[in-house]
Parts: sequence; structure tokens; C-alpha cells
Amino acid sequence: MLSLEPREVLSKISKMGVSARFMEVCGTHTVSIARSGLKKLLPDSVKLISGPGCPVCVTAQVDIDYAIALARQPGVIVATFGDMVRVPGTETSLLEARASGGKVEVVYSPMDSLNLARAHPKEEVVFLAVGFETTAPLIARTVQTAKAENIPNLSFLVLHKLIPPAMRALLALKEIQLDGFILPGHVSAILGSKPFLFLKEEFHLPGVITGFEPDDILLALFMLVKQKREDRADIEIQYRRAVRPEGNPQALKVMEEVFEPQEANWRGLGIIPESGLALRQPYWDFDARRRFPLKIMGSREYPACGCGEVLRGVISPQECPLFGRVCTPDSPVGPCMVSSEGSCAAAYHYEEHP
Amino acid sequence: MCLGIPVKIVEIKDQEALVEVGGLKQTIRTDFVPEAQVGDYVIVHAGFAISVLEEEEARETLELLKDADVIP
Repeated sequence: MLSLEPREVLSKISKMGVSARFMEVCGTHTVSIARSGLKKLLPDSVKLISGPGCPVCVTAQVDIDYAIALARQPGVIVATFGDMVRVPGTETSLLEARASGGKVEVVYSPMDSLNLARAHPKEEVVFLAVGFETTAPLIARTVQTAKAENIPNLSFLVLHKLIPPAMRALLALKEIQLDGFILPGHVSAILGSKPFLFLKEEFHLPGVITGFEPDDILLALFMLVKQKREDRADIEIQYRRAVRPEGNPQALKVMEEVFEPQEANWRGLGIIPESGLALRQPYWDFDARRRFPLKIMGSREYPACGCGEVLRGVISPQECPLFGRVCTPDSPVGPCMVSSEGSCAAAYHYEEHP
Repeated sequence: MCLGIPVKIVEIKDQEALVEVGGLKQTIRTDFVPEAQVGDYVIVHAGFAISVLEEEEARETLELLKDADVIP
């Protein structure tokens, strides 16, 4: 795809002589950066930091506990994307809940939950709606289909999160110094570039929307370094083959029809206003929280788990005292080590660990 | 996890399309890409096409890099 040799791009980045720290806020970027060994190839003056880009990782402990409690309800089948299954809640995980008789089904597409509900008419199917703006429109369409087809035994535990408000909250904390963002490819395929303009307007920071190949990320870094050198703060699109400046209007329309913004609880960042989604009133019948108003008591994260600090970019996975010792992919303590796109899992698999 | 690999549309019927991924056929939803045609490459996320790929656009980005005078 890239007609220039990566080595040439690296050399151009080096020659610009810019010192900068950039954050990626997409778990797939995190994995691609780790797997390609890009950090080691870059000049020492250019640093990459992972942010809150893994949907499972940013899900609050109390919400994971809610999902597990649902799986333990008699007559309930929890339908979920695969990476939620092993995430440890306060006492147990969905996987363990399944081993002790709970019903948990892994689905590939949210539309699969419709078939699951049709196939089990005497049971209640609850879909765990976890994901950012890439996933939310798909869930919205599934909710609309469930309503149109009058499927009574399907509901949704909506845990969706929105990326731009989290970036703003992270910057407002001023815990880390950043010079720009590698912006998420598929979140932007839906959103377009406009929702990221606050970076320029409020923080004078550049952002480049990029694809997932190491070549894409390298090119985005080149564009970021060039902006920094020219003291520009524009939102540019490197991933033009898939992202239009206006995003995907059809997907945005469906998302808007079904969901409205509401505050959301993020692991590591706490409650951020308008950073999550809630079902609009016409779809309340499909809200799992209304159908199953469970009280979740005593939720807490594993003591000393650094997942929150890792998600804010305050520490690297390797700087967490548990990393690779107490916490490994086989025996994970926090979600950052569980999810395939978690920063800790990526660092464990592709970088050095104890 | 986002899949950056584009898949080719082989057949379209209503809001569904048959796509080919490494020789395997799979059905996806096309609700969000009404412009998609048979033969187009699309980006798929959790069973839905979210974007039709444009190769011309990709080339433009490369031009930007080639033209860039970055030598101080």
C-alpha cells in the first residue's frame, strides 16, 4: 500500500529532529504498534503512549459485575463479544459464571443476538453492548430490528463509550504532556474528522486519523511530526481509503435515532459527562437495566491493579508492579491484560516482560 | 478489535451482502453503505460494512508524503 519504504519514512521522521509524545486511543493501533516493534524503530525523541482505546478495558468494574450478575439470573442468556468473557469482575468472570451454570453465548455480530432470542423464546437474551462509535451504530440497528420484529425476549445492557469526550477529560487532567494524537481509524469512519476539531481549538494539538497497518501508523507519525515542526494543529486523515471527513451519515443517523448521550463511568477516568450512550425513550423496553434492575454491591478493582493508570497513559504496562509477575494473560488481574487489544496484553505478547 | 482487511462484495440482496474473505463466503449487513456495489471492497466491523474502500484516496495520501520537503 505504501510505495515508500518504511525505512525512508523513518529516516524522514528522524531528519525532522522533533521531540514529541503522541498517544493512540485505539486498541487495534496499540496491538499493531506493539506487534511491529515500531517503538524501537523510531528515534528516541519520538515517544508513543497508549490511551483509553480498548472498550473492554475502560468498562467500569461495577458494569462488569452487572453483566456477571445477569448471567447468573435463572432463565437469562448473556450474549457478548468474545473479549468480555474472561474479564475479571470483583469476584468472578463471565467464564466462571458459565462454568457454574450461567448461560453466556459469544456472538460475532450483534445481529446474532436476534437469532439467539428467536431460538430461545422461553429465555431472556441480554446483549452486552460494549464498544465505541464503531460498534454503537451496529447495536442501534439491531435494537431497531428487535423493535420492528417485536422480539420480546431480547434486551441490551448499553455500556457504549464515546472517544472524543474521554480524550478531552484525559487532557483536562494534565497528568501527562502530549504533542498530538494518532486518531482511531474505524471510530473515525463513523464520526468523520469534525468531532476531533476540539483538539485544535481547545488544546492546539494535532491529530491524524490512521489505518491499522504499521505502514499506516508510520505515515501518520510522519504527518504528526511534520505538523509539530510547522507548529500546526490540524486534524488530518491518513486513512483516506476508508474515512471521509463527514464520516458515515447513515450510521450516525441510526445511532442518533436510537441513542442519546449520557454520562458514563470509565475505568481509570471515572464518570465523564456525555461520554456514553443511553437508549432513547421509544426503545426503553429493550433496556436491560430497566428489565433487570439488579443492585450491585461492593464492586471494587483488584488492589494495586495499574489498569486505570495504564489507560490514562500515566504508566506503561511494564511500570505496573503486577505486570508479568502477578498478572499475565493466563492469569489476568485486570482487563488491560485480558482483552486482545489491551495495552498490557499487547506489551506482554510483543515486548519485554519479566 | 478492528479489522483493517477489506473484503470484496460478491452479491447484494436487500440489506445483506455476500462477501469473500480469503476464499470463504460470509454474509454481512449493508445498512450503512447504501452506495455499495458488487465488486466493491468494504471494511467490515462485527458483521456490518461500515465503509466502501476508495483506492484513489489512498494514493493521494502517498503523494502528500512524496511531495513533502522535510529536509531542514
